[in-house]
Amino acid sequence: MIPEIGHFALILALCVAVVQGILPIYGAAVGNSGLMAVAKPAARGQFLLVLTAFCCLGYAFAEKDFSVLYVAATSNSQLPLHYRLAAIWGAHEGSLLLWTFILTIWMFAVTLFSAHLPDATRSRILGVMGLVSVGFLLFMLTVSNPFERLIPAAVDGRDLNPLLQDPGMVIHPPMLYMGYVGFSVAFAFAIAALLGGNLDAAWARWSRPWTTVAWCFLTVGIAMGSGWAYYELGWGGWWFWDPVENASFMPWLAGTALVHSLAVTDKRGGFKVWTVLLAIMAFSLSLLGTFLVRSGVLTSVHAFATDPKRGLFILAFLAVVIGGSLALYAWRAPRVGLGGSFAMVSREGMLLANNVLLVAAMGSVLLGTLYPLFLDALDLGKISVGPPYFDSVFVPLMTPAIFLMGIGPLAQWKKASLPDLAKRLKWAFGVSVLTALALPVVMGNWTPLLSLGLLLAIWIATTAVVTLRERLAHVSGNTLLERLRSVPRSYWGMLVAHCGIAVFVVGVTMVKGFESEKDVRMNVGETTTIGDYTFRFDGAQDVVGPNYTAARGTFSVSRDGRETTVLYPEKRRYTVQNQVMTEAAIDPGLLRDLYVSLGEPLNDGAWSVRLYHKPFVDWIWGGCFIMALGGVLAVSDRRYRIAWHRQEPAVPASTRTARRKVA
Amino acid sequence: MKPRHKRFAFIGLGLLVLGVATVLILNAFQSNLVFFFTPTQVASGEVPQGRSFRIGGMVEDGSLVRENDGLTVRFIVTDTAKRVPVTYKGILPDLFKEGKGAVAQGKLNADGTFVASEVLAKHDENYMPPEAAEALAKAKASGAQQSKSLVVPQGRQGSL
Repeated sequence: MIPEIGHFALILALCVAVVQGILPIYGAAVGNSGLMAVAKPAARGQFLLVLTAFCCLGYAFAEKDFSVLYVAATSNSQLPLHYRLAAIWGAHEGSLLLWTFILTIWMFAVTLFSAHLPDATRSRILGVMGLVSVGFLLFMLTVSNPFERLIPAAVDGRDLNPLLQDPGMVIHPPMLYMGYVGFSVAFAFAIAALLGGNLDAAWARWSRPWTTVAWCFLTVGIAMGSGWAYYELGWGGWWFWDPVENASFMPWLAGTALVHSLAVTDKRGGFKVWTVLLAIMAFSLSLLGTFLVRSGVLTSVHAFATDPKRGLFILAFLAVVIGGSLALYAWRAPRVGLGGSFAMVSREGMLLANNVLLVAAMGSVLLGTLYPLFLDALDLGKISVGPPYFDSVFVPLMTPAIFLMGIGPLAQWKKASLPDLAKRLKWAFGVSVLTALALPVVMGNWTPLLSLGLLLAIWIATTAVVTLRERLAHVSGNTLLERLRSVPRSYWGMLVAHCGIAVFVVGVTMVKGFESEKDVRMNVGETTTIGDYTFRFDGAQDVVGPNYTAARGTFSVSRDGRETTVLYPEKRRYTVQNQVMTEAAIDPGLLRDLYVSLGEPLNDGAWSVRLYHKPFVDWIWGGCFIMALGGVLAVSDRRYRIAWHRQEPAVPASTRTARRKVA
Repeated sequence: MKPRHKRFAFIGLGLLVLGVATVLILNAFQSNLVFFFTPTQVASGEVPQGRSFRIGGMVEDGSLVRENDGLTVRFIVTDTAKRVPVTYKGILPDLFKEGKGAVAQGKLNADGTFVASEVLAKHDENYMPPEAAEALAKAKASGAQQSKSLVVPQGRQGSL
């Protein structure tokens, strides 16, 4: 009964979405305020309906209702409750429901924080989001229904893929989807602007916080996915340039460009057309990413053909959304206007260059991800594009981008002078170059890439210091603390996010330059030394988990004779699917991770073992979180809060906290 | 500079950057494509010399031999028509099993042994790497002797 309620709620949600997608947009076009007023209640109603459906599916999982096909396919009676709930987004159908649910959350948020928007703009935004929702609901209801019954019911479920039975996997998809779907707000803003034909600085100011929040979620989501790959896949890598990863990275690159381009539109009224295009691009790539990962096309393009209805629907939907918005763009963009002019050497110029580099990087990832699929689909042979391709493209593209990142914030808008910039930055440059050359030599391993990486990281840090010092000289305040306080939060946000990049670059550089790895056969009592640390294998015992059995090895790690830690890697066998999983043991640290994973049991209690010493690896994810923190700081800036307060003077306290949560 | 000249300079510079980026990308792309071959193609000598490529198929039952160091393994990848001996030094992935599909990346040495630098066998128990499945399907289609029926269930995507 409950699953039918969920199904019914989805059908009702579709009806509401159709109304929400048509009436308000039409109302805005003809200036009928009654029709426009439909948008808000429709969006909220849709949110409640999809929430109901989502809870129904959650209930089916919690109650182990194996008469629901999706539940039977992705969970099992022995699976602990939290993983059963996480299994909601463990496969295709449920993750689409999660996607739609998050879309309605964003819609609901828009209805809450749009009091300051003109009616027509708000109804267009909600209308566009309603149309996107129509597509997803229709997809679910026609070809991928999570509530489909399995009759007769299965005795027990097929279990969730053991790889996904992990706390990281519980949070990673919702975070990622918050980011993906968050770009739908920026997209809706862009389409609304195209429809209305007015795109001004106020428009950019409204859509900026939404975009930044989405970007933060996406950043954290990607970082968590990468962290998950690092500790769960058991082989120590943190980024594989796998199509699944690329699918989330492409919207991030476009979104990063969008965040910067919006800054120009907000502050200077420039880049308007470009900003709109980036908003369309970021959301289209989010859609593409969702479908790439969830349609099975990556597993095999021919999986697409085994269920042609799904494949066709996806292609049609992508074509309508991307093609439709680009057509609208081509038609209406000339009206939007180009914005002010500026010199090549100016903050706008540098931001533009960064934008071009980011988009070029995005294009290269797109090529590397889609080209093999195209070849395969046309039966022209099977190829794969290896990580070296992406590495060799990203270094030259990102080097100038990061270099400009240091100069950009110091350059004046409209026109800056190169000699002046050089004078202001000569110390930063000198310090960066010298440290970058000397540091690897001191650490005993000089390579060009190592120096380059350090150069870029130190360059970001030193230029940030210069930027902040100059800024402090320009703000009022008697004491240093007072002046630090009067620097706006959005400015701090930018500095922090840029420093996040620096931290990230340090992590990548150090791991690539200094990591060591050893595959060894270890007998009980035998020791192996790697990167100053000595690992002693103390044997393996059998242990039993809730839905698996495992061999657990014991490794005592010492350095200079003093015990550092004891690590317990496991080799698990998940009973339902009879699948073996390597559970690595990691001793994390600020300056290094120690990483052990068990290979296979050999004779006499010996095991093949893989050991890693990974210096600074945690900086990679630390950097991502710092970037996201920068985004949060930027959104909490007074100028946005003032905009909200001015237009809605009586905000109940509860809404205010909710808003903070959304931010 | 007049605004018009400025715009030209702008566009010119933009095109230059884009052009350089494109050349860079395509160049890197060309040199990093990894081609895939079936054991039959390997046997008929279609594979590139001295360049890394991928082979895929089924790990033949009973062919897995571990050397004394505990790390070097030898096994045979077959598409049921032809067999390719493979050696690999390192730890095999969790899902590597005799009788299951696997994909290996590496080079062919002079005596016809495939020296793998990487062995891929991912995802869940029922999942056959698409390349491996196709190699088997091709061999089957070309009328070679057929041993096992191979069903390729829709592999569930492991993660996001």
